[in-house]
Amino acid sequence: MSITDTDAIVIGGGLHGTSTAMHLALKGMRPIVIEKNSVGRHASGVNAGGVRQLLRDPAEIPLSMAAMDRWLDLESLLGRYAAMCEFVGHIGQVAVAETEADMRKLEARAAEIRALGWNHEELVDRQELRRLLPAVADHCIGGLVSRRDGQATPYLTSQAFRLRAIELGVRFVEGVRVTGLEHGTRWRVLTTDSIFTSEILINCGGAWAWQTASLVGETLPRGYFAATMMVTGRMPSFVDPVVIGTGRQLSFKQTSTGTVVIGGGILGIADLTKETADPVAERMRVSAETCSILFPIMRRATIVRAWAGLEARMPDQIPVIGPSQTAPNMWHAFGFSGHGFQLSTIVGSLLADLIVDGRSPLPLDAFRPSRFSEAISGVG
Amino acid sequence: MSNEHHDLAIVGAGPAGMAAAVTAAELGLDTVVLDEQQAPGGQIYRNIEALERGGHIEKLGDDYRRGAELAGALRASTATYCPGSVVWQTSPDGRIGLTGPDGARMVHARRILLATGAMERPVPIPGWTLPGVMGVGAAQTLFKASDIVPNVPVVIAGSGPLIYLVALQLARAGCTIAALLVTTPASRIASALKELPRALLAGRNLLKGVGWVQEVRRLGIPLANGVSGLRIDGKDRAEGISYEADGSRHRLAAGLVLLHEGVIPDNQLSLSTRCQQIWDAAQLCWRPATDEWGATSEERIAIAGDGAGILGALAAENLGRLAALDTAFRLDCIDQAERDRRARPERAALARHKRIRPLLDRLFQPAAESLLPTDPDTIICRCEEVTVAQMREAVHLGGEDPNRAKIFTRCGMGPCQGRMCGPTVASLIAHETGRTMAAVGTYRIRVPVRPIPLMTLAGLIGEEEGLPPGESTL
Ligand SMILES: Cc1cc2nc3c(=O)[nH]c(=O)nc-3n(C[C@H](O)[C@H](O)[C@H](O)COP(=O)(O)OP(=O)(O)OC[C@H]3O[C@@H](n4cnc5c(N)ncnc54)[C@H](O)[C@@H]3O)c2cc1C
Ligand SMILES: Cc1cc2nc3c(=O)[nH]c(=O)nc-3n(C[C@H](O)[C@H](O)[C@H](O)COP(=O)(O)OP(=O)(O)OC[C@H]3O[C@@H](n4cnc5c(N)ncnc54)[C@H](O)[C@@H]3O)c2cc1C
Repeated sequence: MSITDTDAIVIGGGLHGTSTAMHLALKGMRPIVIEKNSVGRHASGVNAGGVRQLLRDPAEIPLSMAAMDRWLDLESLLGRYAAMCEFVGHIGQVAVAETEADMRKLEARAAEIRALGWNHEELVDRQELRRLLPAVADHCIGGLVSRRDGQATPYLTSQAFRLRAIELGVRFVEGVRVTGLEHGTRWRVLTTDSIFTSEILINCGGAWAWQTASLVGETLPRGYFAATMMVTGRMPSFVDPVVIGTGRQLSFKQTSTGTVVIGGGILGIADLTKETADPVAERMRVSAETCSILFPIMRRATIVRAWAGLEARMPDQIPVIGPSQTAPNMWHAFGFSGHGFQLSTIVGSLLADLIVDGRSPLPLDAFRPSRFSEAISGVG
Repeated sequence: MSNEHHDLAIVGAGPAGMAAAVTAAELGLDTVVLDEQQAPGGQIYRNIEALERGGHIEKLGDDYRRGAELAGALRASTATYCPGSVVWQTSPDGRIGLTGPDGARMVHARRILLATGAMERPVPIPGWTLPGVMGVGAAQTLFKASDIVPNVPVVIAGSGPLIYLVALQLARAGCTIAALLVTTPASRIASALKELPRALLAGRNLLKGVGWVQEVRRLGIPLANGVSGLRIDGKDRAEGISYEADGSRHRLAAGLVLLHEGVIPDNQLSLSTRCQQIWDAAQLCWRPATDEWGATSEERIAIAGDGAGILGALAAENLGRLAALDTAFRLDCIDQAERDRRARPERAALARHKRIRPLLDRLFQPAAESLLPTDPDTIICRCEEVTVAQMREAVHLGGEDPNRAKIFTRCGMGPCQGRMCGPTVASLIAHETGRTMAAVGTYRIRVPVRPIPLMTLAGLIGEEEGLPPGESTL
């Protein structure tokens, strides 16, 4: 069997694996990405494409702000592939309040992050809501907006990252699964194809990352879910910002082609072994109804397609980023819990800094892998 | 409200579905038949009850009486027949989503039989998306369903038995057929003759086909054989069609052009249910892998009729009954010995119907230019207006299978979900990357397989039952 040696191996060709490899290459390394299917085949290629700072967990805000700066300057990151992502920024993302209770919830949120020193989430009244969303239903009374937010096309973004990474010297091995990990003086990565060796190993395995962790005897949360999206036929342009619900689950946006992409908490059927995620019509019903209530124009829409994607979900809804607790020179970045697309421009960069320079310019402590075992053992 | 449950749900009330339903009901299975048409019959016997009532069957031809018999048997059976029901989802666990006259609902079945039949192969030649161009089968559908006959001169172009049949049906109804342009090359006719001895055993069927060609000549319909380089011209709609024959280029004016290069299995539902598919090199199409009972790679899903491979309407009946017998056996209504005993005459008849296939498959192989369009400006995806050139570019960016190419181009993302462009996209990718069709694969088809209005989905009837939760927090 042939053995390929390099300095860093990344398991998982999603956006986070690809971005980590790309940033390691920028630091002079020669990473290989091993992907069991194809690049962007899972969450990174099938998500809703929402580039959202709004309503993030406070621990994620510094990362999300830095990520947004990079989205707004994609050319620095992706060079000639930047336009491929079809990113549009500054369209805003709006959480809509339908009731006084919704409004109080949003006011409390705005106060909470203002107290932490952030001011990107702005309360809007009935009039400003209508200016932002002329087609919104009459009963909506206000909302919370993050004005820099935007959207991009997920699969094309994954491909732009891949092409840029290749340009920087990253190698991709697709259709090959990592099946075993051994550590002597270096990593020995066993796969369904051949053997790879390296000094450094990075686990960006998305919904399957816990399996890779268990190969080195490390127990991390196995949470995962099948998030469902549905898309309509073309509609006249009626909404620019991305919209989310406050009292009800909904995420909603219109793309430049006129189709409307609907998601936000609809669960499909998830099967990690078959690697499939199937939409469930019985669960899509409520979202269909919610859309028609928030945007009466949607009563004319037709659903042409639905799909679901597998995504890791951590108990505290924030990712795992940091060193393995059981193995040397191994790092994790996964568990983005349904909102890792926006973070894909920053996490790989921070992780590369952490690996090569020993420190990240932004705080990553909240994402340390050890937090779950600390919680279980009641911290000491 | 509790969910609707059946033993067997059949999608499609063509010859396969009707025959299966009658047999299944007879064996005691609680059977439901779902079909989007308003009356039983399928493609071939569309609207057959009304045609019979009006004494109009002879307009189509005597063979169509068989359809009226089947429809009568379905009506007389205990199977529940639901017309006007568009199925947009079948799942491996036996759930079916459909939109009927009273809205959308879910139906649960212990076994699902897909009897969705065939669809016309797309014919992506220059100009094929202009108004005034349609499929030969689609024109026949209008004629059968609504008695609509074109009132402008019609040019029919392509290959396959259906072009002769429809030319005759339209001509008998008073339509002017300006020309029949046949793409079958003369060389192919010679090689197909090798299959003739076996085909002759199919007897009647073959004679019928020969009879059609003779009658076309007798009616004086202008017929050109071995044409190539078809190209439809016109500004806002089709005005004419040009072609090569006998070494020179010809042009005919045409108000309506009917194209046809044979039919292929309509496998959208079986694809969306993840039934394993195989590339059929003889019929140059994808079809679901089925065993001798129509069982697929998915435990609860069976397929019968042209949807499992093109064998024609008579074979579809046998295949439908075989699938029904196997279902009755699997659901413990009959034992294996009885299943096998009842299957014997079906298998014998099936073997007879199959004898003519090698000849037909060889003779009516679709024209190469319709399988692999070469003109860069020809549109391959009519929903999203994607051209040959755009698809080639996507392949070189990394769109090396239909699902990846789809995202680079939006090809296949429109309302038809790639029914019309799937075969063309796959052959372009195979050609550009030097791989086989089997290696290139097919689109993944997503629910809903047919578009569903948002408000219809919002009113969906059916409760979650026995479904896995969709998330795991282990
Ligand atoms: C339907 C849906 C909608 C979403 N909408 C949004 C949104 O609007 N905004 C937002 O910010 N986020 C959104 N997300 C979340 C976002 O898509 C993810 O957080 C992000 O893509 C995760 O990237 P990843 O690289 O961690 O995982 P993935 O993209 O899943 O990549 C992990 C890869 O690792 C590979 N792999 C795993 N194990 C192995 C192994 N042993 N060997 C080889 N390869 C392996 C897998 O095949 C996979 O390709 C959504 C997610 C879904 C599913
Ligand atoms: C347009 C066309 C015209 C044809 N005309 C002739 C002809 O005149 N003579 C001839 O010998 N052969 C004809 N054929 C070939 C012929 O279709 C078959 O040999 C024969 O009808 C196959 O029978 P079947 O039962 O397999 O399918 P079909 O007869 O095609 O029946 C399938 C049925 O399933 C229904 N269906 C499909 N999908 C769905 C869905 N998602 N939801 C609900 N219902 C659905 C359809 O409405 C249809 O009624 C034609 C084929 C086509 C495509």
